[in-house]
Amino acid sequence: MAMTQEEILAGLSEIIDEIAGVPADQVTPEKTFVDDLDIDSLSMVEIAVAAQDKFGVEIPDDQLKDLKTVQDVIDYVGRSSVSA
Amino acid sequence: MRNDATRVVITGLGATTPVGGDAPSTWQAMLAGRSGVQALTEDWAMRLPCQIAAKAAVEPTDVVDRVQARKLDRCEMFAIAAAREAWADAGSPEVDALRMGVVVASGIGGIGSVLAAYDTLKEKGWQRLSPFTVPQLMPNGSAGWIGLEFGARAGVHTPVSACASGAEAIGYGIDMIKSGRADIVLAGGTEAAIMELNVGAFAAMRALSLRNDEPERASRPFDKGRDGFVLGEGAGIVVLESEEHAARRGARVYAVAAGAGYSGDAHHIAQPDPDGAGAVLAIRRALENARVTAAQVTHVNAHATSTPAGDVVEAHAIAEALGDVAASVVVSATKSMTGHLLGGAGAVESVAAIMALHDKTAPPTINIDDLEDDLGVEIAVKPTDLHARGTEPMAVINNSFGFGGHNVAVVFTAP
Repeated sequence: MAMTQEEILAGLSEIIDEIAGVPADQVTPEKTFVDDLDIDSLSMVEIAVAAQDKFGVEIPDDQLKDLKTVQDVIDYVGRSSVSA
Repeated sequence: MRNDATRVVITGLGATTPVGGDAPSTWQAMLAGRSGVQALTEDWAMRLPCQIAAKAAVEPTDVVDRVQARKLDRCEMFAIAAAREAWADAGSPEVDALRMGVVVASGIGGIGSVLAAYDTLKEKGWQRLSPFTVPQLMPNGSAGWIGLEFGARAGVHTPVSACASGAEAIGYGIDMIKSGRADIVLAGGTEAAIMELNVGAFAAMRALSLRNDEPERASRPFDKGRDGFVLGEGAGIVVLESEEHAARRGARVYAVAAGAGYSGDAHHIAQPDPDGAGAVLAIRRALENARVTAAQVTHVNAHATSTPAGDVVEAHAIAEALGDVAASVVVSATKSMTGHLLGGAGAVESVAAIMALHDKTAPPTINIDDLEDDLGVEIAVKPTDLHARGTEPMAVINNSFGFGGHNVAVVFTAP
């Protein structure tokens, strides 16, 4: 069963809090990881790996570089889990 | 614009050691003669002949926040904690980033992270390695993180010379300022190597004390009953500053970092030269570099690790290098309390030497029940007053020697 956008956001927020220490209330869809949330590129790799585990999707490296905002990840996970 | 006349002063101290979580508590514990050595209770220790070590008095994760700690090796956390303390102690100055340097050493680097990452690699595959694995394991990681935190752009360096590394870093930092490359430098060393591989490997060299039933009595430099060193962990960092820069901002000055001397033993990869010729050379070169006479020297914080071979050779080397005045020089071996911090040792012991100069008191060497004969110098067994000879500023020396035949001596004088 596909997850709702809210469920993905909640799961992603937990990961970002754990790895980058950004409180969940700051993780809103329009935010960019690098500029708005101040997450460095190596931590993004860690977040992507954790997201793959949590949501059961593959995020290849060439896709990861296009995931710039929280909404981008929500959309990607949503698409991938529907097609999976 | 090299200017050998540039004087370098110490304006901040930081340390996290087996006897205290900061420099003041470390110094007070040393004066009180308190040992930081404990029995190891981990399962892995039960497989080894040595089951004692001197763990840090304060866990670095109590000081470094959780999110940053995820990215760091334990030795990097120690270094950052000590660097923050030293910088705050110096008054958290506003400085020109282009004129600020970092020289932070480690003997081994992030060995705990190497071992943990290798387990992850074998059990779960490369995809599960932390992307911070490389910055955790590289020996220059601590220097890099500190450079990043403080925005230091004059240069960030990591001399690696085993157990001389911390002292060598301070010497390099002094040179950065004397050579005109920087006005202010965070310099020191760090180590976090109390784990099965390292304890086992030092045991394989027959370098460790096996006095498992008396942990606090195990590290006993200059005592006839010594049987090896005790592994410690932690970091020491000092703020080095040109005298002019320090004066301009009205900084408090602990001491003058007068100079450093170096030599290579060219004798054996891990045994001291029985003649102590390398140690003598390093001390003499340090005095020359510092423009200090032997008569000014009142105290030496010895490298003295509590190994059967090294301590006596060093005492004789101090006596030979200092000549006529040697008999009245007070020598302390603070490793009797902290254990051996490897790449952190020379930095923590420089902090101790600076505090000894500042308080005019040499810390004790504990656990001396039966002092070695004919050392040629006085070994402090209790806190001992230091008295300047004549009118020249009082000087103290920190000796640090490392596997590989590295000898470093750093000279500090009263401001």
